[in-house]
Amino acid sequence: MRETDIPVLPRGVRLHHDTVRDTWVLLAPERAVTLDAVGHAILSEVDGTRSFGEITNTLAARYDAPVDQIRKDSAGFLGALRTRLYLDVTE
Amino acid sequence: MTVAPPIAMLAELTHRCPLSCPYCSNPVQMARQAAELDTATWARVFCEAADLGVLQLHLSGGEPASRRDLTQLVAAARAAGLYTNLITSGIGLTERRLAALDAAGLDHVQLSLQGTDPEMADEIGGYAGGFARKMQVAAWIGDIGFPLTLNVVLHRRNLHQLPRALDMAREMGARRIEIATVQFHGWALKNRDALMPTRDQAREATRIVKEARARLKGQLVIDYVPADYHEEYPKRCMGGWGTSGLNITPDGKVLPCHAAETIPHLSFDRVADKPLGEIWYKGAAFNAYRGTGWMSEPCQSCARKTIDFGGCRCQAMAILGDPSATDPVCVKSPHHSALQAQAQTHAAQADAPLVYRKSPGGNTDPAG
Repeated sequence: MRETDIPVLPRGVRLHHDTVRDTWVLLAPERAVTLDAVGHAILSEVDGTRSFGEITNTLAARYDAPVDQIRKDSAGFLGALRTRLYLDVTE
Repeated sequence: MTVAPPIAMLAELTHRCPLSCPYCSNPVQMARQAAELDTATWARVFCEAADLGVLQLHLSGGEPASRRDLTQLVAAARAAGLYTNLITSGIGLTERRLAALDAAGLDHVQLSLQGTDPEMADEIGGYAGGFARKMQVAAWIGDIGFPLTLNVVLHRRNLHQLPRALDMAREMGARRIEIATVQFHGWALKNRDALMPTRDQAREATRIVKEARARLKGQLVIDYVPADYHEEYPKRCMGGWGTSGLNITPDGKVLPCHAAETIPHLSFDRVADKPLGEIWYKGAAFNAYRGTGWMSEPCQSCARKTIDFGGCRCQAMAILGDPSATDPVCVKSPHHSALQAQAQTHAAQADAPLVYRKSPGGNTDPAG
């Protein structure tokens, strides 16, 4: 994931608050992925307009955390979603 | 035992279908149109399902497009908060109906493929011209931009078409393909001589899938169900009985899996009589094979008992006449060798004719 990459949830993939299990999930074709607080925080910033660099800067500022660490964690998480086609990337 | 809420629900909206595939998973005794749940009842069931914890709704059949109220049902399911997946042959969907489904919020389409050319597809589906119409529907799905999964059932007659099916998925813009070697339930059980793949074919399919997964990583997700009778260990059927999914028949019976009615001692609650939550947590059919307490040997002392839950109850019933036996696919079953030999005998019946699924009486034309 490069700083200029723009992550976007493709059509058919969406965030959903699961009130029965009291958790956020990512709904995708024939799958539901349970999100932890970190995963939800990252995906909540994915809006299809801001770049990976902008998103991770925002998260680093909000959680007062080192941006390098945030980038590493976010790239791992988003990369795994991308492999499963739950996330697209444009430039 | 703590019972978790279900994640997925299969709504069999109707048993009517223009196709008559010889491996149809519908029961041999099907529900007639007059017995089908009406729109309002389905809408109530969708709300109960969402309240119970269901996230994924699979709208299936028969052919769900044979229901004239399909668009209303999709809208009701979305309003209830469910992710809506339409499982269809495409027959009965027009450009106008697809646009209406789009407006109603349909999330995803799963399109079935009976073969990769008209000769194969129309023979297996038993419907002349079906392949051409399906290709037209696939183009409309692509134009609208619905997320698409292509679903291919493999068997001895069409298994050689697997490489072309993978190419077609890419050409249609599908991001997923489900490749399932035929499972012998429902009508398929009548067609084991005609459809059973050879052991070599089963191995070849596994090899093609492995190669395609590596080649198409990040472009196409491949779900694969190998040839059951040729395996060493059974399927973790339904993710475990009463664990993650439930099935509603066209006339409102609530089943732990689509084939559960083949187990004669089970009785099934109906959505008209009880709330879905009560049926899921307390229903006798759901508790019959939940967990591991019902198991006997060799399952009870097996390290894999919470991996595959003893395999498929309906398969133990179909082959051994005992729904609490170890699935005979399992290498630890005393019946494993006999099943493998039986599979080879089925696979050797080169000229066996197809036994087509029959429709549940009355009009089977797709809705306009």
